[in-house]
Order: sequence, then C-alpha cells, then structure tokens
Amino acid sequence: MMNGNGMALQIKGAGLGYNGRAIVHDVDLEIRSGDILCLLGQNGAGKTTLFRTMLGFIKPVYGTISVDGRDMSRLSPKEVAGFVSYVPQSYAMPFSYKVSDVVLFGRTAHLGMFAAPGRKDRSIAMECLEILEMAHLAERSFNELSGGQRQMVVIARALAQEARFMILDEPASNLDYGNQVRVIRKIRELAGRSIGILMATHHPDHAFMTDSRVAVLSNGRLCHNGPPDEMLTSETLKHVYGVDVQVFDMPEDCGGTRKLCAPVMGWQR
Amino acid sequence: MKGVSLILVCACVLAGICILSLGFGRYPVSPGTIISWLITGGSTDGNVPLIMVSIRLPRMFAAVVAGGALAISGAAYQGLFRNPMVSPDILGVSSGAGFGAALAILLSMSQAFVQLMSFTGGISAVLIAVAVSRAIGRGHDSVLVLVLSGIVVSSLFGALISMLKYVADPLDKLPAITYWLMGSLADIRIRELRTVLFMVAAGAVPLMLVSWRLNVLSFGEEEARSLGLHTGIMRAVVIVCATMVTASVISLCGIIGWVGLVVPHISRFIAGPNHRMLLPVSFLIGSAFMLAVDTVARSAVSVEIPIGIITAVAGAPFFIWVMKKSSIRS
Repeated sequence: MMNGNGMALQIKGAGLGYNGRAIVHDVDLEIRSGDILCLLGQNGAGKTTLFRTMLGFIKPVYGTISVDGRDMSRLSPKEVAGFVSYVPQSYAMPFSYKVSDVVLFGRTAHLGMFAAPGRKDRSIAMECLEILEMAHLAERSFNELSGGQRQMVVIARALAQEARFMILDEPASNLDYGNQVRVIRKIRELAGRSIGILMATHHPDHAFMTDSRVAVLSNGRLCHNGPPDEMLTSETLKHVYGVDVQVFDMPEDCGGTRKLCAPVMGWQR
Repeated sequence: MKGVSLILVCACVLAGICILSLGFGRYPVSPGTIISWLITGGSTDGNVPLIMVSIRLPRMFAAVVAGGALAISGAAYQGLFRNPMVSPDILGVSSGAGFGAALAILLSMSQAFVQLMSFTGGISAVLIAVAVSRAIGRGHDSVLVLVLSGIVVSSLFGALISMLKYVADPLDKLPAITYWLMGSLADIRIRELRTVLFMVAAGAVPLMLVSWRLNVLSFGEEEARSLGLHTGIMRAVVIVCATMVTASVISLCGIIGWVGLVVPHISRFIAGPNHRMLLPVSFLIGSAFMLAVDTVARSAVSVEIPIGIITAVAGAPFFIWVMKKSSIRS
C-alpha cells in the first residue's frame, strides 16, 4: 500500500506561531516514513501550534518546513493531504454519518472537485477498517460508537488517505485502559507499514510502548530529541512535568525488557 | 431504501401531490380529468386547459421551485455551518431582500422592480455579512464570526424594514409591504418564473455537484482541510450558490420561513446525513411540502391565507418535536 521509504517530513530552524510572533523557537525536527515520534510537553507548550504548522494550516514565522523535499507552504491543501494525514482528538459529529462514510471521507484528497468516491475508494476504505479491526461496525452510526471505537475509525480514515505521514493528537486520551493499549498497538502496527507517525501524548509510557523516538516541548523550545531510553529519565520527566517520576526496567513475558515509569507518591507504608 | 429508488419514491410522491393540487380550487377538477388532459392535451370540459395553463400550472411550478430551492439551500447551509439549527437566511438574505422589496414598494416601483430590488437587497446583505466577517476574524474560527456577522446584518436590515413600515402610508403602502413580507405565491406569471427557474438551476446544480465534499466540510475547518479540502473555495461556492437560490426565490414569492429549516430535518430523517442524498431528497420534499401548504393556503377558506403563516404554524410544533427528539438522543 505504501512505498517511498526514506521520505522525510522536515522542519528546519523554524519559529512557530501566529501573526508573525513565534511561540516555539528554533525547531528542528525530522520524521521519516516508518518512524514513530512521541511528542511530550505540558498543556499550552505549543504542541497544537506545531501540529497546525506540520499540517500546513499556518506557515512557520521563520525557517522552513518541507515534505519529500518540497516546501510545505507552496502546496495546496489537497497536495498536503496526500502527504500528511491527521487524527484529531475524538469527538461527536453534528450529523450522524455511517462509519463506512466517515472512512470514505479520507479519500477526499484523491477525488476531483465534483467527484464522489467510486468502487476503488470504497474497497480501500473497507480495507482500512479491516486493518483497524472495525469492519464489523461499518454500517453503524459513528456517533453511537464508544470513544475507543471512534478513535479507531478516525485512524482508519487517516489511513484511507494513503499519506506517508500521520499526525495524531493525543490518540489515547479519554480512553479507558484497554482501549489505550489497543490504540497504541495499532499505531505501532501502522509504523510497520512504513507510515511516519508523529503523536502527541501526555503519557511517557506510550513512548516506551511504541519504542519510539521522543521529543519534548517545553519553555518554547523543542529540546531533547532522541530514543526514549536516553530521553525519558527521571530528570527530564521532573523537568517537563514538575513531579518526581521513577523509571524502571520491566521484564516482559515474551523475554527482553521494556521501561516503565511511575510517579513517586511520597508516602510510606 | 437506498439511492436512486428513494429519490424515485420522493419524485412520485411529489408528482401525486402535483396532480391533487391542480384539482383543488374554486373550480374543482378531478384527478382523472387532469391526467387525461396532461396526456392528451385536450379535455371534455373546455374550461380545464384555460384554468390549468393560465392559473394553476404557473402557481404549481412556483411552489415546486420555491420549496425545493429553500430546502436545498437550507440543507447546504446546515452542512456548511455544521449546525442542524441553521436556516437559509442565517447570513441575512431574507431581511436584506425584505428591505429591498419594502423600499421598492414605498417608492411605488413596478412589480418587476420590487423583485429586482429584493434580489439585490438579499445578495447585498450576504455580501455585507461576509465582508464584515472577513474584516473582523482573520482566520480564527471563521464560521462562528460569519454566523455572528450574519445575525448583526440581519437585525440591522430588520430595523430598516421597521423604519420603512413606520414611514409608509398606512392605507396603501403599509399593507402592501406587510403582505409581501408574509410571502405569497399568488399572481406569479410564467415569464417571471422562467428567470427564477434559471437562477435556481444555476445555484442548485453546483450545490449537487459538490454535495459529497459538503460532507467533508461539516467536519469543521481544520479537519476538512487536513482531509485535502480547500475550505475557502468550498465555502465560497456554497454561500454563493445557496444565496443566489434563496434570494431569487424570495424575490419571487416574498419571505417564506421555516421551509429551509424544517425540510432538511425531515429529509435527514428519511435519507440520512450524507449530503449526496440529502440535497436531492431535500429539494423534492421541500417542493412537496410547499405545494401542499400552498394548496391549503389558497383553497382552505374563501380568502387566501398568506403562506408564511401556514409554514410557521405547521413548522413550529414540528421543530419543537425535533428538538425534543434530539435532546433525548444526546
């Protein structure tokens, strides 16, 4: 389904913000297809601004953003959508579209102004629903689904867009524990289909679970950009969130270890 | 029921109402006589062709066009503003058109000029609303700013209408203005109808063509854009087409409320939220609804009841029912 390994979504020396005023400075960031990059940072640190820039909604105040070597600010919305798809936080829609229709809307970038999706688009949409294991819900109304199911459907929609990069805004927030794990697993699987993934999360564990690179946005800068083992130490987490966090090695059932973090509660039994 | 078959059923219902409606009136004609006249072009009753061609057919076409046009532009606006409580005059087209018409009546202009002025007034009001919203909101939640600008422009023209009514001659001009504002399909001639039909087609056809993309727009500005939609162009297309359709209908038959609000609801109930089906079904149901209401308006009692009154009386309880239903669901 996907090809073009090694294609990159790049921000170089950019300041991000609105009306000529940068709120995040000197950002350097690169995502290659097949990568996962977790973006951590407090609320209001500028994650949304970064996303809006990477989706081409706003231009960087200075510096450049490019995809596949092409300047993003020169691309039309349709061209941008061919490269980057977006998974917003889950919500209810004003109209209760069918799940299969919602996924079909992912095909917009591939259709002409007056066109409607055809058989090929429908089969791609169904395929994407199957990948997310949501095919049995195709005929249901989107607004009747649970939060976790909605999130999966919106990810299927982004997948149907057949873009090389996917930006996810806190895909696991507002989900119960089981659904969080399911969504994170699926995201890992998507990276295996050589999609480059940028995902915001409030949960440092998600970075360990996806074995992704980690970038931390704090104090108007994108500092710390590297593998989670180096990045997510007690010190950085204390620095970002202002609370004491311990990081452990956890043996996994399948062998090997994975890191895990837990807050220090400061009381004794 | 899916796709084409649903549209066919709606079209058949509309055709049935058309034939029934043609029979009603001061000179009742049976459906059988009408059908045989439609097929053969002749009738044993010599009065039938005359009544049909010069009186009832133009009025029937006017109702069909006006109802369909108001309903389709209402459905399109509801999609655009992502809000099922929006009606086609959200950007001020009705009050602008009302002001134009009232001014023309006050200045004793001919009926053609009343229509022209009302069309111009409607278009101008929307242009002002769009200009104001562009001047205020540079990018930030532009849909909300647009709606607020529409409300401001709407109430401004509403005040101007009141002013014109206040200065109008209470014996002669004031009743004419009031009557115009209540809407009516009486005295519509084929020639005027032809122009309006052309305008409605010029607006409704592009709306149908972009109907699938209208779905994507209802996800909101940023999400639609991330899906590859040029939201600015799309919004302009919808506003231009829906405004042209609404303004031309209002210029023909005055302000007829509720159709553009209520009919898209009924249609969504029947056809689902996908605009590809919703727009054509809204048009057909809007036509049928308007025709039924107009038939009541002209034949229920010996004096003609202004159609705007009937649509509101029928529409208000229905709307309360819809609100109750949707509040239970959420």
